[in-house]
Amino acid sequence: MKFLTTISTIAIVAGSAAFAGSDGLTVGVSWSNFQEERWKTDEAAIVGALDAGGAKYISADAQSSSSKQLSDIESLIAQGVDAIIVLAQDAQAIGPAVQAAADEGIPVIAYDRLIEDSRAFYLTFDNVEVGRMQARAVFAAQPQGNYVMIKGSPTDPNADFLRGGQQEILQAAIDSGAVKIVAEAYTDGWLPANAQRNMEQILTANDNNVDAVVASNDGTAGGVVSALTSQGMDGIPVSGQDGDHAALNRVALGTQTVSVWKDARDLGRSAGEIAVALAGGSMKDAVDGAISWTSPAGTDMTAIFLEPVPITADNLSVVVDAGWITKEALCQGVTAGPAPCN
Amino acid sequence: MTDTTPQPVQTMQKRGLIQQMELDMRLLGMIGALIILSIGFNLLTDGRFLTPRNIFNLTIQTVSVAIMACGMVFVIVTRHIDLSVGALLATTSAVMAMVQTDILPNMLGLGLDHPATWAITLVVGLSVGALIGAFHGWLIGFLTIPAFIVTLGGFLVWRNVGWYLTSGQTIGPLDSTFLMFGGTNGTLGATWSWILGIVAVLVAVIGQWNSRRGKAGHGFSVKPVWAETLLSVLFSGAILGFIWTLNSYNIPERRLERMFAERGEVMPEGTVVSYGLPISVLILIAVAVVMTIIARRTKFGRYIFATGGNPDAAELSGINTRTLTIKIFALMGFLAALSAVVASARLANHSNDIGTLDELRVIAAAVIGGTALSGGIGTIYGAILGALIMQALQSGMAMVGVDAPFQNIVVGSVLVLAVLIDIMYRKRLGVKS
Repeated sequence: MKFLTTISTIAIVAGSAAFAGSDGLTVGVSWSNFQEERWKTDEAAIVGALDAGGAKYISADAQSSSSKQLSDIESLIAQGVDAIIVLAQDAQAIGPAVQAAADEGIPVIAYDRLIEDSRAFYLTFDNVEVGRMQARAVFAAQPQGNYVMIKGSPTDPNADFLRGGQQEILQAAIDSGAVKIVAEAYTDGWLPANAQRNMEQILTANDNNVDAVVASNDGTAGGVVSALTSQGMDGIPVSGQDGDHAALNRVALGTQTVSVWKDARDLGRSAGEIAVALAGGSMKDAVDGAISWTSPAGTDMTAIFLEPVPITADNLSVVVDAGWITKEALCQGVTAGPAPCN
Repeated sequence: MTDTTPQPVQTMQKRGLIQQMELDMRLLGMIGALIILSIGFNLLTDGRFLTPRNIFNLTIQTVSVAIMACGMVFVIVTRHIDLSVGALLATTSAVMAMVQTDILPNMLGLGLDHPATWAITLVVGLSVGALIGAFHGWLIGFLTIPAFIVTLGGFLVWRNVGWYLTSGQTIGPLDSTFLMFGGTNGTLGATWSWILGIVAVLVAVIGQWNSRRGKAGHGFSVKPVWAETLLSVLFSGAILGFIWTLNSYNIPERRLERMFAERGEVMPEGTVVSYGLPISVLILIAVAVVMTIIARRTKFGRYIFATGGNPDAAELSGINTRTLTIKIFALMGFLAALSAVVASARLANHSNDIGTLDELRVIAAAVIGGTALSGGIGTIYGAILGALIMQALQSGMAMVGVDAPFQNIVVGSVLVLAVLIDIMYRKRLGVKS
């Protein structure tokens, strides 16, 4: 019986096996949580860039656990990768994994999320700028009143970058008293359900006296809009980011003001190209467009920041033209909305 | 042999190699499964799975779950369950992280990396774990709340106490001595590993032959001398082979260079130093030995298995099953704290998600290792093997590149199948399970 079990296990395993060959370069990617839809887009872009550079792609999914991510990276190293792209679950707890890679002389690219280690190459969209764009769009729609700030996950450094950018834009209005931040909350794990629960509490605590919500991404914005809808308050300005299909649909419907779009395909392509360059032995600062940058915690790093695009009701056509979303998906349930949904 | 499985009837005619050696078939089955699994993965990964490096990684990755699985055996044997171990791990890890990065250096003014920090941290952390466990045991034993409910509540309470204590932040880096419990940062080196291995071989062989003499002296039938010798050789081979494997994994050159540079020396050309036995694995071995001795040689252990076999009979025969419950859960809490030491030292940080889902891995390891949820049956080595099989499956599948959902589907199916096989095996032997 044990034999049978084991054999069938191996058969299942073999069915979806992918081999890491010995010829050419191999690039390993350690995802923090591949369950989220958006990473599939990133993966396709990374694989495309690696194919173009003649490198092989292997990956592992940490399933939201920092300890599993450490094991995953150890396993990638044991498979002999030449460069590792890491979407870190935890900016600090990833430290031992970066250490292990550095011990073997394998370059590490911190993909989208910061890794507090000067040996990592940081590639991301300019998150402070994303925060500014979010606040700018909401502020343009609602220049005064009670603001709620729905922040990202407390373990993700991006959450604080975003919040910093938002503050920059709102600071003057806060000082003049036009804008009052009545509440702010972290969203554990960026989960929409947590954002919704927090927003419901905030609405209850403030007797629904809320005029605008600066939410840090589209997932949390979705939770916020659900909470607003159940109080009949949908339609007040809400921000987001990522260009999730549901969020773009909300922008077309008018329940969300802005979704700052970071084209994941740009990010994935750049990561693939940088990985191939670094795996081929090029130095970090020799990569095109690389700058030196100091993290808030004081780590000196080499980094590339890509420029995001704010998508509002005025420029919805951009995402359709780029092939990011179909017109049908964007305009679902929208009648006489903004272009292209009219 | 499991403690309560009836020994084969002595008068039964002995046939076949395995029967003559009186080996536990279930143990053989598990070892066989592990070997086939390893060879299978090895073929699929072009020989990368069974490298010293990967075996080194694998043992380190298994330790945290395996330590808790040892405690879970006692809990499940007494017909209880503990769903809170992962959460308990998070709370104790949070407490220890606070003690070593904040309370000792700042509030008590010891400064960072004081030589006593790790010891104080350990004492505090392990005490907190044992106390929380004892509290669970008191709720279960004296207030007769079912263990499932108490620990389900504990699962929510302790995970979030940990969160509250640290405000959800990652705390680190931890004390540098403390980090030695994590694996790669604390290993014995080749020489000490060999010395330890040889001592272990001597203890095992002497113990084996002493017990044979004891049995013979009391008129019990014993295995034939050739079987006894073969077992000795197998044991010694396994121990020394394990040590040899770990010793063949060398510290990467760049890491070595840095270690020399830190001491202000230049690394001589061509230096090779091996990792050897990690301290965390040593801790697991010590836990396994102590827990096995508790299970087989102490009154406490016999009470545990007696209570698990028939709680009413145990209580009527004068065993204080209530205090017993407190002791078992305190032990479980202590081991969860010990796992927290290993897990947080491995990450070099305390992270808020530490130990998530560990309760399920620990229960699965104990169950795959032959611990019966109906009570009375279970072994420590089985649970550790169970943990090793699970980790080998997970890490092997990650290495082969199996999609994440399939990985969990396979692990889940293996869990159910392992229990099914166990039930069928027991039925054939006519043992009630």
